[in-house]
Amino acid sequence: MPKNGMSRLAEANDHSPFASGASSARSIVGVLDAALVVVEKALKGVLFDCRMCGQCILHSTGLVCPMRCPKNLRNGPCGGVLVDGHCEVYPDRSCVWVDAYERSRRLPLWRDHLARLNPPVDWRLQGTSSWVNLARGRNRDAPAGWSASEQSSEGVRSESEGPPRSEGRR
Amino acid sequence: MSGSPVGASPRSRLEALLRAGRFVVTAEMQPSNGADPNEVRRLASELRGRVDAANCTDNPSARPHLSSLAAGHLVAESGLEPIVQLTCRDRNRLALQADLLGAACLGVRNVLLLSGDHVSAGDHPEAKPLFDLDSLHLLRVARILRDQGTYLSGRSLSCPPSFFIGAVENPFAPPHDFRPIRLAKKVEAGAEFVQMQLCFNLPRLRKFVSRVADMGLLERVFLLVSVYVARSTRALRYLRDVVPGIDVPDSLMARFESVPSDRQTEEGFRLALETVAAVREIQGVSGIHLISIKGQDAILRLVEAAGLLPRPEPEGGLIAPERHRAASS
Repeated sequence: MPKNGMSRLAEANDHSPFASGASSARSIVGVLDAALVVVEKALKGVLFDCRMCGQCILHSTGLVCPMRCPKNLRNGPCGGVLVDGHCEVYPDRSCVWVDAYERSRRLPLWRDHLARLNPPVDWRLQGTSSWVNLARGRNRDAPAGWSASEQSSEGVRSESEGPPRSEGRR
Repeated sequence: MSGSPVGASPRSRLEALLRAGRFVVTAEMQPSNGADPNEVRRLASELRGRVDAANCTDNPSARPHLSSLAAGHLVAESGLEPIVQLTCRDRNRLALQADLLGAACLGVRNVLLLSGDHVSAGDHPEAKPLFDLDSLHLLRVARILRDQGTYLSGRSLSCPPSFFIGAVENPFAPPHDFRPIRLAKKVEAGAEFVQMQLCFNLPRLRKFVSRVADMGLLERVFLLVSVYVARSTRALRYLRDVVPGIDVPDSLMARFESVPSDRQTEEGFRLALETVAAVREIQGVSGIHLISIKGQDAILRLVEAAGLLPRPEPEGGLIAPERHRAASS
């Protein structure tokens, strides 16, 4: 019988450290996961106002959390940034991407990562630890069609003189 | 993704004209607030032959209007080429893919893919904003559907859509130095033409275009500049103060404020004409996109006064979408 959504959910819950009947090994991993979530949330919350998307790209956003953007933009600012560099939705705050661009210029590393095309968010990872997801490779699970498109653009790139990744003159 | 000014045969009249090096003219259609198809047909027939394609906006300013897909279909039926806009605000990735296929089925050959204004800007600020994808994701998704013949998930389509894919960019909003990089990312994601935000600041525009040229992007994307036909100082002030991301320099406001109110409409028209003339001189700009908030009369007058008529016909005609698919498979 095909599993319905609820039984899948129940199964997912077995991984929770608090599930009864889970094997002890599994519950140790679960406790570790939960502990890492708490540590990551506390640390990155203070440092970056992190929103725990579970697929951290801070290195390609000048160490500014892009999930603070009211439109969740992962690839740069929208066209509505106010003339003073503030957010159109919260005019009292500066635009997340204005901060991201300025801070990325001051980073010794990862400056050109701002030009990278970041894949769509996997919303299933919301609230999980990006460290755990990184260790398990889950942060790299882009949808199959997306991964195929990256391979085909790699092919095109190697034949031509390369993608327009230059940052231009500053 | 490979950039596309060169490559396969044009998918739309707009693409054919751009590739032929013609200076194109597009216009923003007035969005309908009702269920009368004749309203759309009337607006489309007014623009037919005066502009090369017309944008059907997707709930502009985060206010609901007649669906851009439905409007696009009616515009295409009326003999004018639509550019159907789709935003990431109101649909998740499932609905966006469904609507991209739907648009292609309804005869739409140009799509313009954008993030969209936030719901807080509109008359339903209590609504849930989606933003499941961002505009760059959506551009790539359109290329995946069209060029790979699959959904984002990798599942095959029975028949891939065929359309010319557009994006927007705002050279006039901060962070200014990042804007050309963002354009490069949009081209990388899949954009083949770009309509830029309303231009009131020509020096800023020239700087942006020259940087984009230095980055080698002009071989991969066509740039269109938006020009606004202002009717009054009040309209201009509204744009500056209420519409986010529009840069109206103080010198321009001062010029308008010095004109008596009964001559402001003429001054707005003159400014639009000057802007069109200046934009045509900028190497690397392939066309203009005309916007007027109330009524299309100003747009119709402007194309005539600017000497943009008659509009050219694409040479050699277009390849039908069905043949396009056969050729690419």
